Amino acid sequence: MAEPVIVARDLNLVFQTNDGPVHALKDVNLTINKGDFVSFIGPSGCGKTTFLRAIAALEHPTGGVLTVNGMTPDEARRKRAYGYVFQAAGLYPWRTIAGNIRLPLEIMGFSKAEQEERIAQVLDLVELSGFGKKFPWQLSGGMQQRASIARALAFDADILLMDEPFGALDEIVRDRLNEEVLKLWARTGKTIGFVTHSIPEAVYLSTKIVVMSPRPGRITDVIDSPLPKERPLDIRDSAAFIEISHRVREGLRAGHSDE
Amino acid sequence: MNRILPVLTVVLVIVVLWYAAAVQLNKAWVYDQAERAGEPAPGFGALVGLTMNQDRPVLPTPHQVVVELAKSTFGMAVTSKKSLVYHGWVTISATLLGFVMGTTLGVLLAVGIIHNKAMDLSVMPWAIASQTIPILAIAPMIIVVMNSMGIQGLIPKAIISAFLSFFPVLVGMVKGLRSPDQMQLDLLSTYSASQGQTFWKLRLPSSMPYLFTSLKVGIAASLVGAIVGELPTGAVAGLGARLLSGSYYGQTVQIWAALFAAALVAAALVAVVGAVERRTLRRMGMAR
Repeated sequence: MAEPVIVARDLNLVFQTNDGPVHALKDVNLTINKGDFVSFIGPSGCGKTTFLRAIAALEHPTGGVLTVNGMTPDEARRKRAYGYVFQAAGLYPWRTIAGNIRLPLEIMGFSKAEQEERIAQVLDLVELSGFGKKFPWQLSGGMQQRASIARALAFDADILLMDEPFGALDEIVRDRLNEEVLKLWARTGKTIGFVTHSIPEAVYLSTKIVVMSPRPGRITDVIDSPLPKERPLDIRDSAAFIEISHRVREGLRAGHSDE
Repeated sequence: MNRILPVLTVVLVIVVLWYAAAVQLNKAWVYDQAERAGEPAPGFGALVGLTMNQDRPVLPTPHQVVVELAKSTFGMAVTSKKSLVYHGWVTISATLLGFVMGTTLGVLLAVGIIHNKAMDLSVMPWAIASQTIPILAIAPMIIVVMNSMGIQGLIPKAIISAFLSFFPVLVGMVKGLRSPDQMQLDLLSTYSASQGQTFWKLRLPSSMPYLFTSLKVGIAASLVGAIVGELPTGAVAGLGARLLSGSYYGQTVQIWAALFAAALVAAALVAVVGAVERRTLRRMGMAR
């Protein structure tokens, strides 16, 4: 029933640096199924961002197998398999919000009419309808990040990869955006890969939590969340939530103890 | 108002110092005249009067320069060889042509440098070396070589202008085209954008603030190039020619008037570029 979308088998990625080789990913095995919301959590240097970038073909593994929709990451990219959201919104200041969302559509050669239709659709999805004609500097940081999510959704990729998208935002805005991401996920049924270093964020959002640890970057624990799909913010006070948070914390601590 | 006051103060100080310097530098001629006439050396009051309006002062006074500037700008038919408008236009036309040539060359080289490793390694050292050659040494060569090829007038001067103005544009555009950060480039690569799309949609717009800063330096350099290019042609036409003929005939007032005309033209050209910059960057939402 569960259809695997992203599969990593004995994945290794070694960076050659001036200080010698750095093992960013070591023997990573992971299967992400269609419709999963997977969080990658761990201290810096654990390879969580590197893994996400490898899925997006921004880094190239030095060993093992990584497939996205059964293809190599490069092929999957050409098939527009994923949208990527970075830590900073990275909107072009010289384009309006609608213009920024149009960017991938222009590059991918959508027709004018279809561009307009999709822009209206994703603006509505991130609740930014009516802001299309604004310039990025006229929007708050949280709204800018929502616009960048809209940009990643515009070309209908089935996979949404998010690299600490709310890391630079304050906690109140972050809570709201977390709620919205969950809503978005429920409405669109996309597969989401989400990098974070916040335990509550990971537990609140995910169906699967991947705990990673550094030197070498590896997976130490994979937790399938028993939380229901419907998650109000106050679920964070429930016993189940606290139990999972505890297990994540333990996993992070275990990863650190062998330093 | 709070901007005008400091500016006026500085101008006033400069004018006062200038008059003082004029008295100091021009008094030798006054004493010399008095001695030849067998008269006693004039007192301070008379001295000041006698240094203010000499025909060929060592240092003309500000009002002499202003009068000469006004007379040769507004008091002549614009086709007259004594009109600064005529000479100014000759220089400006060479400046503008050279500026366009230099900017085009600078932008093209910058585009080559950021897209081609070999150009990146080879062009920059030569560009820097080209700017270490004194322009006064190379200008006559260009004029002579072009003349032997039968090309005179505007083009050789424009080439010298371009020689000076391509460099700031090159440096600024290399920096500007490389200004998008890795995240921006990664974003485009997740769209599988081509090199051309990356250039037109990201690199070029990102480089605009850098381009305009360079253009302001470049257009001033172009003017210097055009004026220098007019010197070896034998004082035919242009602000450079005015400077040269002034120094041939000891017409210091004419030299200073031409100098001020050149400075005003430079200020006007930079201001025009600045206005285009503000307009463009505001329309692009990048105004600082």
